[in-house]
Amino acid sequence: MSLINYSTREISCKVVFYGPGLGGKTTNVQYVYGRIRPETKGRLVSLATEMDRTLFFDFLPLDLGPIKGFRTRLHLYTVPGQVYYDASRRLILRGVDGIVFVADSLISRFEANVESLYNLHENLAQHDMKLENLPFAVQYNKRDLRDIIPVSDLQEELNPTRYPHFEAVATQGVGVFDTLKCVSKMVLRKLA
Amino acid sequence: MVRANLAIFEDDYWALHGTLTELLRNANAQCILLIDRTGQLISSQGAPPDFDITSFASLCAADFEANVQLAQLIGERDFSTLYHQGADESMYLSRVDTRTVLVVLFDRHTTLGLVRLRTKKAVEQLGAVMARLFEKVEYTHEEFSRDVDEEFAVRAEAEIDNLFRD
Repeated sequence: MSLINYSTREISCKVVFYGPGLGGKTTNVQYVYGRIRPETKGRLVSLATEMDRTLFFDFLPLDLGPIKGFRTRLHLYTVPGQVYYDASRRLILRGVDGIVFVADSLISRFEANVESLYNLHENLAQHDMKLENLPFAVQYNKRDLRDIIPVSDLQEELNPTRYPHFEAVATQGVGVFDTLKCVSKMVLRKLA
Repeated sequence: MVRANLAIFEDDYWALHGTLTELLRNANAQCILLIDRTGQLISSQGAPPDFDITSFASLCAADFEANVQLAQLIGERDFSTLYHQGADESMYLSRVDTRTVLVVLFDRHTTLGLVRLRTKKAVEQLGAVMARLFEKVEYTHEEFSRDVDEEFAVRAEAEIDNLFRD
């Protein structure tokens, strides 16, 4: 939820990485954490299982610095992608300001993408929100692997509305900042 | 027009500040946080903790919300308070309203009973302030559009480009 504190001159916004399990949501956030300047980031919190699967969420606060006298922060969250963690996903979406959908390009994960996107719509509706009213971008991850679906086909099935989309290899950082830049700008522009 | 979901104005800030300061003193607590249930820190009072307070606020909100879900599974609407007891440090969480939670950190210099008693009164006061605040957010954004305007958006975009650079 975007929060503007006029007294302390602070603004905070919430960006959520959504998508199917093992699609690369946590990898996106870990890349961001590893690459940005130390003074601009807070602690990376990961509530994960022993097998490094996200159990509840990952959380990374980022500080954009002062903008027109307001200390402006972005709070990045990931949701757990596995189907049975739906209650957790719904909680994380509460008060979301912008969403990155991290789709898995593998042919074998196509159905999981479709299900996750459907689930996103359902969970937003639980909060009386609609995707079309939110800053949103789609990231097609794992473009370096074999047996992947062409982007044109993914666009057809997952992004017929033609929200901004990015090809990515999150493990190498390819496309990670581009995706986040796009959604962050949309989020902050929506405030103004 | 500013389109924040929640905006804290000067007079509200001082009203919250006053209540939190009073609770801190009366409960003999170490630190008090008022957080939004989506995980944002609204205000805090007391000795600045030596951990990342932003992450702490997000975890407190998640903790509280997870317990709301647990409550509903057993047929309750929610758990209005939570208590986590440590060997030295403890924390007490109390619902203020549907959107905010109060978190009290305390040690052996006080007791759970005193914290619980003082928190109950503070929650009532905070609830009244937050109700006014949410009402204002609905109607008075226009007055503050001078701050968060097109120039803000342009500068924000430049900062984002600067932050996310390979």
